[in-house]
Amino acid sequence: MTETGNGTTPGLALLEELEGNKLVTNIMHVGRMLRSAGLPVGPGKILDAVSAVQTVSVTNRRDFYWALHAVFVNRRDQHEIFDQAFHIFWRDPRLLERMLGLLIPQMAGEEDGPEPEPPSRRVAEAMSPSDEEGNEEQEEKEPELEVEATLTASANELLQKMDFEDMSAAEIAKAKSAISRMRLTIQNVKTRRFQASHRLDKIDMRSTLRAAMRTGGTVIPLQYRTRRKRTPPLVILCDISGSMGRYTRMLLHFMHAITNDRDRVSTFLFGTRLTNVTRHLRNKDIDIALTKCTESVEDWSGGTRIGDSLKDFNQSWSRRVLGQGAVMVLISDGLDRDAGRGLALEMERLHKSCRRLIWVNPLLRFEGFEPKSQGIRAILPHVDEFRPVHNLESLTELIEALNSQLVRRKEGITEWLQAM
Amino acid sequence: MSAPLPDSIEATLDILAEGKYVADRSLATALFLALKLGRPLFLEGEAGVGKTEIAKVLSDTLGRRLIRLQCYEGLDVSSAVYEWNYSRQMIDIRISEAAGDRDRSQIESDIFSEQFLIKRPLLQALEPDESGLPPVLLIDELDRTDEPFEAFLLEVLSDFQVTIPEIGTITAEKPPIVIVTSNRTREIHDAIKRRCFYYWVDYPDAQRELEILSIKAPEAAAELSNQIVAFVQRLRSMDLFKLPGVAETIDWTNALVQLDKIDLDPETVNDTLGTLLKYQDDIEKIKGSEAANLLNQVKADLASRQ
Repeated sequence: MTETGNGTTPGLALLEELEGNKLVTNIMHVGRMLRSAGLPVGPGKILDAVSAVQTVSVTNRRDFYWALHAVFVNRRDQHEIFDQAFHIFWRDPRLLERMLGLLIPQMAGEEDGPEPEPPSRRVAEAMSPSDEEGNEEQEEKEPELEVEATLTASANELLQKMDFEDMSAAEIAKAKSAISRMRLTIQNVKTRRFQASHRLDKIDMRSTLRAAMRTGGTVIPLQYRTRRKRTPPLVILCDISGSMGRYTRMLLHFMHAITNDRDRVSTFLFGTRLTNVTRHLRNKDIDIALTKCTESVEDWSGGTRIGDSLKDFNQSWSRRVLGQGAVMVLISDGLDRDAGRGLALEMERLHKSCRRLIWVNPLLRFEGFEPKSQGIRAILPHVDEFRPVHNLESLTELIEALNSQLVRRKEGITEWLQAM
Repeated sequence: MSAPLPDSIEATLDILAEGKYVADRSLATALFLALKLGRPLFLEGEAGVGKTEIAKVLSDTLGRRLIRLQCYEGLDVSSAVYEWNYSRQMIDIRISEAAGDRDRSQIESDIFSEQFLIKRPLLQALEPDESGLPPVLLIDELDRTDEPFEAFLLEVLSDFQVTIPEIGTITAEKPPIVIVTSNRTREIHDAIKRRCFYYWVDYPDAQRELEILSIKAPEAAAELSNQIVAFVQRLRSMDLFKLPGVAETIDWTNALVQLDKIDLDPETVNDTLGTLLKYQDDIEKIKGSEAANLLNQVKADLASRQ
């Protein structure tokens, strides 16, 4: 260990010394290629890669591969990209040169923006404030078109892209003010960390002794500490199938707001398949966030397979996002194309792996709603709270629903279970 | 019995083999880099694939002390790095008060000195052991702790130093060998990973698993081991909530050896399925006809190979 130093990067001197070396240039190119493919590869990593390759004293391709792998790959899902990049690069280096050649004007092009993207609605609005009326007309039409599809859980998996209308400035302002008033009464939980406190809770020995030093030890004034509180992680699973179509846009706004409002929020959309949109919704700009969501989701307004989607969630995500006592919000009308097959089982598992499961169901806007559908019957026994939402078309309504009085686990659900 | 650090990938493989750890060359490459360049090795993978074992093997074969820091939610500086010995400090204050031989600043610098310091794993890891060699530091299941502790680790993992306000910064003369493991119950921040060499520990393939069994459960008959490995490999391709890891395979084999089995039969599989699968739903799914079915396939497969 002594001869290796303390693991600092070899520094630029090394790179300069090796400048003539073809391998170093190639490693740099691979690094750049990975970076443009979205891996977090900075100059530091490239230096690391060079020193790693030197250290293993490459004699075969395999060692070389894994040495670079250990440096460039940071997560399991990056493995695939690295693998492809490596093989493309070293099968035919000239191929890469050509590819890079292609890439560079492209990247430059991105900045210049030769392909004019449709200007966002806000920009357009700012340019010509007079056509607001026209926009409103469009909006008014919208609900009419969707009414027919509202209560159907269609049987086919409909793969289609949805075009969200960008939000107008007025809408954003309205939403923002609603969101600023929003306080999710999802209780803060006590963590195992402490903070100084005046309450006579626990004695903080460290600061007590420090305080004692101020008096030279003649008096030892007790200092206290108490448990720090923190918002629990929040996971939102939102149904975007046809029957939920009219609410989708509003819900996305809500999820965007909440994602940017607190830390540890994960958001998933599902219709017939599950999509993790957390990353997209982290975008501060709502227009960009929604566009990215639209691109990544393939099953807008299609059918609903709640059971399958939940299974997918349980299998691949629950263990990664539900740790540390997460609160889960399920937004769905419970209309399931598979008539609740396998749903109860997945709901049970989901319920057992989170701190609290809150179900928001827009169907409740109808007076005299009774939990008759198979899907709803399967879900109901496994949620802690069933939040009635009488009108989900405005953000305020949803927030009100989520803000209603908090009850003990399972308590809010008993009367619904009796109605079943 | 301390051994020098390996100077090639082959030597790293040898060291692991000496500690009865069957490793892929890819893992040896990452480990060799970590040892040689004095950086932490970040191991991620499902439970029971042998992440923690690597640190133990390293400590054994290299003759280094193993210091283990098991992470949990709320792990804080006072249980991970250092704590002051409060009762001794109080006594010291009282004594000097009675004797009246020291003034205030003298007492202060006395009671916040190293003799009143209780060293926790991270601080211990910065010191060499009796033979003068830096220890192996295992930071186990980092994903169980919370972000504040992760942030604290940044200083430790990149510069191998710890700052104690009353004393100053303590730096390791020789950096310890650091192994960090994670089960991925949440994503560890890139800032940590960037300071480490990363390796995803996957389930082994059939040949590798058989090799592991021959070392870890040598009492098992060859025929039985073959059947076990084929069965487990098939299980891993099924739609289960928790796939069995290598640890489960070894446990199962040992269980079967204890039961004096030399051949798998449906009944035994049903009875011992609990050592292999850890979720009731999974057990329900496999138990009975599915297990018998799998077993038939396995046996047919093995017969056709011979």
